[in-house]
Amino acid sequence: MTTFNLTETTASKISSTLTRLRHQMGAPAVGMVLTLVVVVDEAGQYDALRAATEAAREHPSRILIVISRDPAEPDRLDAEIRVGESAPGEVVLLRLYGELTEHADSVIMPLLLTDTPVVVWWPGQCPDIPAKHPIGQLGSRRIMDARSAPDPVAAVSSRAASYVPGDTDLAWTRLTPWRSLLAAAFDQPVGKITGGVVEAAAGNPSAPLLAAWLCDRLDAPIEIADSAGPGLTGVRLSVEGGGELTLSRTDARLATLSRPGHPDRRVALARRPTSELLAEELRRLDPDDIYAAAIRRLAAMKGRGRS
Amino acid sequence: MTERKEPQAPAGGATARTGDDLTSAERAVLAAARAATTGTAEPGMAANPLRDPRDRRLPRVAGPCVLVLFGVTGDLAKRKLLPAIYDLGNRGLLPPGFSLVGFARRDWAHEDFAQVTYEAVKEHARTPFREEVWKQLSEGIHFCPGEFSDDGAFDVLAMMLKEIDETRGTGGNYAFYLSVPPKFFPLVIQQLKRTNLAKAPAGSWRRVVIEKPFGHDLKSARELNEITSAVFPESSVFRIDHYLGKETVQNILALRFANTLYEPIWNRGYVDHVQITMAEDIGIGGRAGYYDGIGAARDVIQNHLLQLLALVAMEDPTSFDADALRREKEKVLRAVKLPADLATGTARGQYLRGWQGGEPVVGYLEEQGISPDSTTETYAAVKLEVANRRWAGVPFYLRTGKRLSRRMTEVAVVFQRAPHLPFSKDDTEILGHNALVIRVQPDEGITVRFGSKVPGTAMEVRDVNMDFAYGESFMESSPEAYERLLLDVLIGDPPLFPHQREVELSWQILDPIEEFWASQGRPEGYVSGSWGPASADAMLARDGRAWRRL
Repeated sequence: MTTFNLTETTASKISSTLTRLRHQMGAPAVGMVLTLVVVVDEAGQYDALRAATEAAREHPSRILIVISRDPAEPDRLDAEIRVGESAPGEVVLLRLYGELTEHADSVIMPLLLTDTPVVVWWPGQCPDIPAKHPIGQLGSRRIMDARSAPDPVAAVSSRAASYVPGDTDLAWTRLTPWRSLLAAAFDQPVGKITGGVVEAAAGNPSAPLLAAWLCDRLDAPIEIADSAGPGLTGVRLSVEGGGELTLSRTDARLATLSRPGHPDRRVALARRPTSELLAEELRRLDPDDIYAAAIRRLAAMKGRGRS
Repeated sequence: MTERKEPQAPAGGATARTGDDLTSAERAVLAAARAATTGTAEPGMAANPLRDPRDRRLPRVAGPCVLVLFGVTGDLAKRKLLPAIYDLGNRGLLPPGFSLVGFARRDWAHEDFAQVTYEAVKEHARTPFREEVWKQLSEGIHFCPGEFSDDGAFDVLAMMLKEIDETRGTGGNYAFYLSVPPKFFPLVIQQLKRTNLAKAPAGSWRRVVIEKPFGHDLKSARELNEITSAVFPESSVFRIDHYLGKETVQNILALRFANTLYEPIWNRGYVDHVQITMAEDIGIGGRAGYYDGIGAARDVIQNHLLQLLALVAMEDPTSFDADALRREKEKVLRAVKLPADLATGTARGQYLRGWQGGEPVVGYLEEQGISPDSTTETYAAVKLEVANRRWAGVPFYLRTGKRLSRRMTEVAVVFQRAPHLPFSKDDTEILGHNALVIRVQPDEGITVRFGSKVPGTAMEVRDVNMDFAYGESFMESSPEAYERLLLDVLIGDPPLFPHQREVELSWQILDPIEEFWASQGRPEGYVSGSWGPASADAMLARDGRAWRRL
């Protein structure tokens, strides 16, 4: 691995350093498939970078980490370039000082890979309307994470208001294995669902999303109940004519699926690290219509005063 | 044997439940009753409210089913099949309740087979080992000891499967994987018929998976097919050619039919010839019993290379469903023409003692279990033509061999030279043909070779490569071919499996060549670690061409 520090620099100097380093490594061809812009603060930088480089094993990318530092300092751009790490691709950490913190897009634009998709990820706090944010505007896909908001449930409930196709939330990504299992359970006819409940640790933003999705697809009222956690712990759906289809997980790893007239079945359902969530997000870069439907339903449910 | 008929809780499963056993037993009875009366609908038949074609995060997951593996002690099972099953589980693609039944002539209990599977997974699985995935898988692992001729053993198997349906909710859906030598096929298939396991009750499915070789000539292929088709309908027979499960091979279709760049030049107007190569650096290893008398052409050309040829040469299918795809492949195979003179249009060889990759190795005739006067070829090359409007006059050169200098499989489409070069002859002296090379393994990817100016004041043009590597632009390790194919079997998705008609057409191409070779005595020797026999080089030299260097 080569680390290269540039202080008080510019985007064009960073760009030519990247080209030079690539040639030195004997790999001048660019096999990278996208640019991932990560907007994060200094405290979240390490974890975000780690997850992004892990995800880059599946999707070789140029990773631009944008860190805003003290706006009161004189204007300055510092860059730390890392190439030839265990993952393919390139990493540039950008530290912005002074008035430049307001103009990060001017630094990022010249560093985007030509004619390949741009994905923006806010691992921490995200702007109110991500698609209107100067950096968000550069991306065809914008990844947020309601879990890191001060009030996760409120954050996820308000996503519909700011939704622009291309938005997505890791609180939704965390649900994929749950949704996949539930969908598999419905591959065999279950019967009409009259209602249900999603159980999760209090304040878990994925729970209302799952409830909204189920409510939207099954056309039945789905409640949310608090449990001891960790994370999501269960889904119970009442079948017309009695009986319950349940998927429950108490240890964050192994779940039990049970349904009327069938033996209980245990199935692996582990919580996934951020890198896997991110890799899933990068697999498809088109707007996620199902997510849009779920957040709209969630907003409607909140509007009617149901929790 | 009788002790096996007693109801058995899935290994490890019962201990974790707390006082729930009575209810789950009751549920099992209820499930059995329900299955007997209504049956379970086929996956995807009734509209599933939770599925939506736009919801592309949700993976294709197989419905509840049992995979019965015959020949679990074999090399393929340990190295590929069992690890592939685990990898599928790890990717969340196996249904809850998925069960695996091993059948072999071993005095094993369920736990012993689970242990064998555990070791195979630990050693060969592609994805990291995760305890919870293993737990899910191991609860569904069963073993049925017995010989293929033993009626009792198959009765036990039938009963075991019925029991699994009740305890695991697998709904009578069974896939039988015959990872056994073809001589046992008739026995196993007959047993499945006798025990009524081959016939699916309404609402469930039964599938049989067979591995190559699909016979050793047209006649035996037909005989083999009669055996399976007498018991299983063609739609339930899945013939595995693991090459078709490889990402790069499927990418041939994407490359050709998703792009506009290549299709206009993909014809006799621009293509000079096509070379399809599968080179191996290893010898026959422990496969003497199978390999001797079969040879390279039957082992590789009949299936892998002709399938690659079909994918490269076929017209665009109307869709990617099994019927449309197979129809186009069949048309190409039907259009394949043999060279007029088989003596100059084919080549074969047998490896001799030599050095391969820095190690001394013995010749084919000195291998253990090979008769010293064997005429089996370990290298085969043929020149074929596809007689249709697109390809007439473009030779397709196919070659395969063992103990060559290195391991490599590729398809090279070599283009014609530019009709006129506005450079002096000296400038372009070392300029070769443009070529598009699909590297199937190892280092999967695509290379485009074209001429480029050498920096300097002179206008000198030389060949350069432009490269796309799968490992670089996509997944670090793409799914193993067997993962994809096993999943397709469990889902019941047949496009990647050759139809019996394709198998027969391929034998029709190969049979005359084999007959000719049989009359020609010994194959020509070639030194281990080389690039094959001289006659193969001469075959291309006569056409004014040369093999790509391995």
